[in-house]
Amino acid sequence: MFTYFIHRLTQSGVVLLVMSLIVFLGVFAIGNPVEMLINPQADEVERARATIALGLDKPIIEQYWIFLKGAVTGDLGKSFVYGTSALDLIMSKMPATLELAFSAMVIAVLFGIPLGMIAGLKPDSLIGRSIMAISIIGFSLPTFWVGLILIMFFAVQLGWLPSNGRGETTLLFGIPVSFLSADGLSHLMMPALNLALFKLSLLIRLTRAQVRETILQDYIKFARAKGLSNTRVIGVHMLKNIMIPIVTVIGLEFGSVIAFAIVTESIFAWPGTGKLLIDSINQLDRPVIVAYLMVIVTLFVFINFAVDIIYSWLDPRVRLGTTAGGGH
Amino acid sequence: MVESPLKRFWLEFAESKLALVGLGLLLLVVFVALAAPWLSPQNPFDLSQLDLLDGKLAPGEKSMAGKTFLLGTDDQGRDMLSGIFYGLRTSLGVGVLSTVFALSIGLVFGMLAAYFGGWVDTLIMRVVDIQLSFPAILIALILLAVFGQGVDKVIIALVTVQWAYYARTVRAAALVERQKEYVEAATVLALSQTRIVFRHMLPNCLPPLIVVATVQVAHAISLEATLSFLGLGMPVTEPSLGLLISNGFTYLMSGKYWISFYPGLALLITVMSINLVADQLRDVMNPRLKR
Repeated sequence: MFTYFIHRLTQSGVVLLVMSLIVFLGVFAIGNPVEMLINPQADEVERARATIALGLDKPIIEQYWIFLKGAVTGDLGKSFVYGTSALDLIMSKMPATLELAFSAMVIAVLFGIPLGMIAGLKPDSLIGRSIMAISIIGFSLPTFWVGLILIMFFAVQLGWLPSNGRGETTLLFGIPVSFLSADGLSHLMMPALNLALFKLSLLIRLTRAQVRETILQDYIKFARAKGLSNTRVIGVHMLKNIMIPIVTVIGLEFGSVIAFAIVTESIFAWPGTGKLLIDSINQLDRPVIVAYLMVIVTLFVFINFAVDIIYSWLDPRVRLGTTAGGGH
Repeated sequence: MVESPLKRFWLEFAESKLALVGLGLLLLVVFVALAAPWLSPQNPFDLSQLDLLDGKLAPGEKSMAGKTFLLGTDDQGRDMLSGIFYGLRTSLGVGVLSTVFALSIGLVFGMLAAYFGGWVDTLIMRVVDIQLSFPAILIALILLAVFGQGVDKVIIALVTVQWAYYARTVRAAALVERQKEYVEAATVLALSQTRIVFRHMLPNCLPPLIVVATVQVAHAISLEATLSFLGLGMPVTEPSLGLLISNGFTYLMSGKYWISFYPGLALLITVMSINLVADQLRDVMNPRLKR
């Protein structure tokens, strides 16, 4: 276990390093770094001074070293637009993104797993088929278009829900959240549903496949032969066993929910990190773009690392897999 | 009567009515995209044909000059139907082109990994694994945020996110093929390695690849639309469906739904018809499901 842990940790470190190099080369080496990092409105004298201040006259390897040192200490430059630390700016928007992502995940799990179980238990019934049809549509619909349709229907036509912003926020442990007030909740509803739809379809398909596979297993037949009630067989014996792969997927998909939040946040003007990224790209606020990319990459590497470790703890074959595989 | 393999394939494919509907829709979409210049009532790029006074007309509404626009007009008085036809052309073109490039790159790397094994395999597959652990949209966004927008950059971004899927699929298929006797026979005949890999193994690896490629075209189209919607994809001079939808988003709030809605519908029909065809292709080509 410990060897596997160290092995995965080293691998995560390498990925982070490679990603930082790509982001660095992308922003600093392609094109003119002076133009990319210095406010376009600055004059010649200011440019020359900033070039030296930012160390852009130094050789590229030294510049990368400086960038790395800054990144490790949390210094990823200052935003041109806001004039504050780019990292602080992103962290101040993080609660909104996390709240949206969590809400979407909760919706996907609360509806996806029961619907998937129904579809798996009654695959040939009308309801089972309808659930699958809905999940295929959910897969095909591009997230941003669903967002537009939601706005068109609930905000413009019916006027039931607001179409942008977070609404009223309340402090929970010092973090502003929307879901505790009626106004905030009404703002959260549509974006969360929009973001949840794709994962909902995924969970329906996954749960259905798991149920269809488990239902044929001997222990289910045995439980039934023992005369256990249907509720108990499905609710305890089956659910427990289908949960392992489902929990793994939920963990892995959480990162992708944060990535997809970029789209949802832009549509619903949800003031999170994704909207900040798109705004920063449009305003050429490059330090914020770099900081965002570094934060999200770190988050991803961390999630992947955590999922792998938890998985290897749940299933010993994973960490032993390479040696026990049959002499390759 | 002896059935040809192609006919047998077709009969199996035609077993699903839904897949036939998908195929029909897909053929229609491709036809419209190819024939856009002849089918469109108006050339949406020809500014002399546009009249600002015709701007934001609702579907079916009559303009000052007495023209009716079937799906309405956008803010610049552009006929939405023509815009969608040309947009479909751009979206499909980018989707197919990026898939062809990604497939070729993935094919070469997947084959190399499977045939040579050892450190070549480890290196290529490690890169594939790491790349696939990040969502496609994130990688595409990173690339476009760094490179800026443009048709070529969108294609580069789409190829970069897609090649790994093909590499993985080809490797898995090629590993199975490599164990087979015909490869052994070819080796005994002292054929060159390139010939064995590309003349003999490659054709046998194609079926799973076709399925993945079909699904990926739909993904590519959807991803391009999303990127363009965010303002990071296609430039204004090459309006894809995503850009048309993005353009109409501003007017959605005032109830002028058609500028966004109809291009979105076209996108949905395209993506869904490809998915329906891909689903059935997977069933027909997967020998495990054969009775």
